[in-house]
Amino acid sequence: MEQLVYKKPDSIKDDFKISFCPGCDHGTAVKLVAEVLDELGVRENTIGIASVGCSVFSYDFFNVDIVEAPHGRSMAVATGVKRSKPDKIVFTYQGDGDLASIGIGETVHAMTRGEKVTAICINNTTYGMTGGQAGPTTLIGQVTTTTTKGRKAELSGYPLKISEMLKEIDGTAYVARVTLDSPAAIMNAKKCIKKAFEAQIKGLGTGFVEILSTCPTNWKMTPQEAHARVRGEMSEVFKPGVYKDKVSEAQ
Amino acid sequence: MKREKQLLKGNYAIAQAAIEAGCQSYFGYPITPQSEIGEYMSEKMPELNRAYVAAESEVAAINMVLGAGSTGVKAMTSSSSCAVALMQEGLSFIAGDEIPCVLVSVMRGGPGLGYIYPSQGDYYQATKGGGNGDYKIVTYAPSSVQECVDLTYKCFYVSQKYRTPVCLLADGMIGQTMEPAVINEYPYEEINQSEWALDGAKNRKPRFIASIEREQESLRKRVVKIFEKYNKILENENIFEKYETEGAKLVITAFGSIARIAKAAVKKARKNGLKVGLFRPIMVNPFPEKIVAEIAQKVDGILDIELNCGQMLQDIKASIASCATTIPVKFYGRPAGVMMTVEEIYKQIENVYKEIVEKKYGTACI
Amino acid sequence: MGRIVLNRDKCKACYLCIDACPKKVLGKDKTVNALGYYPAAVEKQEDCIGCAMCARVCPDIAIEKVYK
Repeated sequence: MEQLVYKKPDSIKDDFKISFCPGCDHGTAVKLVAEVLDELGVRENTIGIASVGCSVFSYDFFNVDIVEAPHGRSMAVATGVKRSKPDKIVFTYQGDGDLASIGIGETVHAMTRGEKVTAICINNTTYGMTGGQAGPTTLIGQVTTTTTKGRKAELSGYPLKISEMLKEIDGTAYVARVTLDSPAAIMNAKKCIKKAFEAQIKGLGTGFVEILSTCPTNWKMTPQEAHARVRGEMSEVFKPGVYKDKVSEAQ
Repeated sequence: MKREKQLLKGNYAIAQAAIEAGCQSYFGYPITPQSEIGEYMSEKMPELNRAYVAAESEVAAINMVLGAGSTGVKAMTSSSSCAVALMQEGLSFIAGDEIPCVLVSVMRGGPGLGYIYPSQGDYYQATKGGGNGDYKIVTYAPSSVQECVDLTYKCFYVSQKYRTPVCLLADGMIGQTMEPAVINEYPYEEINQSEWALDGAKNRKPRFIASIEREQESLRKRVVKIFEKYNKILENENIFEKYETEGAKLVITAFGSIARIAKAAVKKARKNGLKVGLFRPIMVNPFPEKIVAEIAQKVDGILDIELNCGQMLQDIKASIASCATTIPVKFYGRPAGVMMTVEEIYKQIENVYKEIVEKKYGTACI
Repeated sequence: MGRIVLNRDKCKACYLCIDACPKKVLGKDKTVNALGYYPAAVEKQEDCIGCAMCARVCPDIAIEKVYK
């Protein structure tokens, strides 16, 4: 008898449209969030926050209630939703420009308050939707449309290490940085995303997962080359791992 | 239950009325002259098991309001001038999202940091908006502590009924004035928000609240729909005060705090035989153009008085132009600083009256 | 034996599934799909072990179901 081992998660709409470029890790990240919502059985009790950037089209695929936040303000919007409806599961889906540049204030302070929400951050070292400009996480030497000779620290500073920074905040309960460059990495990422939701569900504080992701279009690489970059120079600067885990400690 | 009159400060009246109106979520950041509102809410909201968050900035506060409002609860923030400026992006989104919420704006004198003196320098900010796109912030301007209560109720009701951000536009004088007022019961019906608000997609399709519209035609339709709402609000929710406008030759236009001083000056003018009236728009946005036009057709001149360099003045002029009347419109204003006295306004009335009315009819008409 | 349900019109031809498959079941289609890509295609169905690695790495959820 044939046994179903994988299916599109229910938290992805039946008439979904993945609006990302070919080979972009965004799609995989979205799918993992949806799988976790399915597994936790919270789809019908969830409110997602869509941010500005490539993640703005969340309503094309997420099969949950969604409210759109202005650029960078997702964690403030999430705060408003969660404080008004504390029994709801609330998550943000943001890029690194949204969460760590224009929205770093909202991010840090929502986490300082220990808001019981989950933040998923796609770190692809560039502003994807606007065409590949340098962002807060652009690596030293990285060529972008605004660092055409490579990012120079003396001119535009250093890449912001988001997870290392957020783990220091007392209100975060779970902080992890993951990659999606192999089936094993994807399975691990899902485990971490689940923990970040459990941090919220158990009322321990903010759950946060930074996903090192590819942007093949703006990096001008094949999806395969882009994954090699994640494994290589990106992982050297942004070391993957679990930075804080009050969820396991609480068990 | 009969409610007692209390000696109340404007800011506390607003806060108490918000609670009475059923405000479920308050988010704010301190700024004088409205900080008492946040202080009061920080104490009372948790006691009532409602949400209070000391936001890290006004940018965050208005976006918390956006999130709270998207769940259908009565949500509110309060702020002032340069800090309301920080909220403009959020307000544009909220208007585009069609999310109900209340903003209390207690004006300082500006521009920039300015100072905390009574001023009406943010009439443009409230009614013309600093945010992007085609939208309006429905705005009510109280001129007494009692109106702080009544209009806070009105703001919540209109915001909930029409799913739109509504602003209570006060100033340092109104916010800080203490006078007797009654916190009446919230007089409006509760509006059911369950047809659109977010509460988890249980046994229904997921909902999406956003201002983004990728199709040209749907973006156009959305803006048209929002503007139809403003027309309905003007038709159904407009409030104003007309004082002695019948038979008046000169009408004073003023709103908010200065209108009450202007009213005292008008009373004095009437006592002295001058045919002067007062028109005070209480809803200043959308602007009651037709009513001003009707008045303009019956008088010989208008004297607009504001605590700024002439902001509502432009709406008055546009209203008069709309009915092709060419009566003179005079302006007496003073930007942030010293409040005008009754005597001072009376002198202006007298001067303008001489210039316009007596010139036309001779002194006999006095 | 496993079985993959691949919606060829959702595929954007990143071919991450081809790399992920331990049994080299997948290849590239010779005709374009509705999106204008040459999608991935199941070439050696009989070798599929139903591990679902292809579905897990597919960013477009074009591999909708996997049976074992």
